[in-house]
Amino acid sequence: MSEPFVRLENVRFAYGERAILRDISLSIPRGKVVAIMGGSGCGKTTLLRLIGGQERAVGGRVVVDGQDVAGLGREALYALRRRMGMLFQFGALFTDMTVFDNVAFPLREHTDLPPELIEDLVLLKLHAVGLRGAARLMPGELSGGMARRVALARTIALDPALLMYDEPFTGLDPISLGVIGQLIRRLNDALGASSVIVTHDIQESLQIVDYIYFISEGRVVAEGAPDEIRHTKDPFVHQFVHAEADGPVPFHYPAGDYAQALTGGRA
Amino acid sequence: MSRTTLDLWVGVFVAIGIAALLFLALKVGSISGSGIQSPYTLSAHFDNIGGLKVRAPVKSAGVLVGRVEEIRYNNERFQAEVVFTVDGRYKFPVDTFANILTSGLLGEQYIGLDPGGEEKNLAPGEVIKKTQSAVVLEKLISQFMFDKAADSEPAPAKK
Amino acid sequence: MGGVVRRLGAMVVNGVWQLGFAARFFWLILVYSGQSFTRLHLTIRELYFSGVLSLLIILVSGLFVGLVLGLQGYEILQRYGSTDAMGTMVALSLLRELGPVVAGLLFASRAGSAVTAEIGLMKVTEQLKAMDMMAVSPIARVVAPRFWGGVISMPLLAALFSAMGIFGGWLIGVVFIGVDDGAFWSQMQAAVDFRYDVMNGVLKSFVFGVAVALIAVFEGYDCVPTAEGVSRAITRTVVSSALAILALDFVMTSFMFRGL
Repeated sequence: MSEPFVRLENVRFAYGERAILRDISLSIPRGKVVAIMGGSGCGKTTLLRLIGGQERAVGGRVVVDGQDVAGLGREALYALRRRMGMLFQFGALFTDMTVFDNVAFPLREHTDLPPELIEDLVLLKLHAVGLRGAARLMPGELSGGMARRVALARTIALDPALLMYDEPFTGLDPISLGVIGQLIRRLNDALGASSVIVTHDIQESLQIVDYIYFISEGRVVAEGAPDEIRHTKDPFVHQFVHAEADGPVPFHYPAGDYAQALTGGRA
Repeated sequence: MSRTTLDLWVGVFVAIGIAALLFLALKVGSISGSGIQSPYTLSAHFDNIGGLKVRAPVKSAGVLVGRVEEIRYNNERFQAEVVFTVDGRYKFPVDTFANILTSGLLGEQYIGLDPGGEEKNLAPGEVIKKTQSAVVLEKLISQFMFDKAADSEPAPAKK
Repeated sequence: MGGVVRRLGAMVVNGVWQLGFAARFFWLILVYSGQSFTRLHLTIRELYFSGVLSLLIILVSGLFVGLVLGLQGYEILQRYGSTDAMGTMVALSLLRELGPVVAGLLFASRAGSAVTAEIGLMKVTEQLKAMDMMAVSPIARVVAPRFWGGVISMPLLAALFSAMGIFGGWLIGVVFIGVDDGAFWSQMQAAVDFRYDVMNGVLKSFVFGVAVALIAVFEGYDCVPTAEGVSRAITRTVVSSALAILALDFVMTSFMFRGL
């Protein structure tokens, strides 16, 4: 069990000329919940897409369960994805199906189980997220937090070995936020899975995760267990944890000298 | 909407769609009526085919018996060579006459077959020997005018 | 001057890229079609949305086009004393041109735009990505059924349009104006050739169906995943479908009907 479930080695990624990830090395051990943090737009979501094989790295290796994702063909990649579950930022529920059919979707697509068994499984998953009573509703009738929980039930429908969460806490009220946080932890332990959470919600993450990576400008700038993070002297992490406006992460987007811009270069 | 109602509607849609196709094929296009059965080809040479077109009708006694398939110029005979199909149910004697006729004064041109009296029938691929070219209206008119001019004292033509 | 040339160059390069993407996409649809035909109910569902729901507009438009053809045709034909040819005129213009073309245009704006909007919104809400992450190909599950739904619906809708139009022409000519019923049908039957007129019309509508369905699913799948991107994609679907139908119609007509 020493080999981590996911390992990234010196991964580089760019959209055309624009470099997103410059040099990322990190690992997600089996059975652990790992958070990846960083400011908005620093390439966190891209990391998940690399692990899921939806994007290919420009350099470096992405290894999931001993397999190099970039080297997999279509069939092998789909076989690997059946063992992954990804929770999208806004749930990405299929709006033309009921909650029940949404959760049943992966089961119906990938198994030949009889309808009665599928029904039992779906209700079991919905029960795990506390929404068994909402099975007949359409996604449009759910609140944001409920939709996220339904999506979570769908994500775990096939009992994946790796759970990926893309900004699971965004736009939720404090109660829903706490519910989702606890679910992530409980499901990880109950399924014996590994989890990776991409987020910028530091306070919630500190309570539930085992390890945290901080990413800035395409590099891992800090890492550690929650206790180390809380008491670190690292200026970047300090700014992040205490939500300071200015620090190593500048308030201003890089720009020319303001005084010069105002005077039009005449001064 | 439940699966069964949806299936029902789609079934109705496909059924009336196919019914419309059948209506177009049978009632409008009369798939059986104008169909030429087991056709065989014949050909004929004409000095002038006038305005005859590919797919023009071939008629005998006013009844449609075939269609023109191909028109080409024969550079050895300096004539037009017309290939046409004839319904396999109809046989024509070897001395059949092929004319290019016009339906009405300005109507489409077609090939008219006048059967002769021979016992032997034309075999598929054979050439009809006796043909008469299309009547070209301009020629008729100019001929008529020249005849008229010749009858009366001609005015001195200006050069 | 250099700017204009550069813009023209960029436009051409872009266009060729898009065409290449569309061709590759078409190939993928065909590859995944087998997979989606094993789930026939998905295609049946799309037949409902693009076929059944387009029925009303197709039938009503067909009827009105037929009525107008009847009136105009009578007005023109009576000058030459050949009102008996009315059936021929109505049937030929519908079967060869108006049926496939007008039904295709209506189909593009009624069903094509809906397909683009649906796929585009699924892309905006990350449903397509989610499906892909669940190891379900969105092309097999979402795109191919909508494509085939359109391809199957279109010839049926065009046939219904033509049949309805001929009925409209008959209504005006025979019922209201009093053209002889027998002459109307027999002249029509004598002039309309099954293979030449009916089948060519069906072939046209099938080609238009492929074009419109491909444009609709491609624009939806390829759209910029924002509200504005989806609305632009829908506009592009309607505009490019209309242009594609008219251009293809010209090309096909010049091949099919040049002998007469």
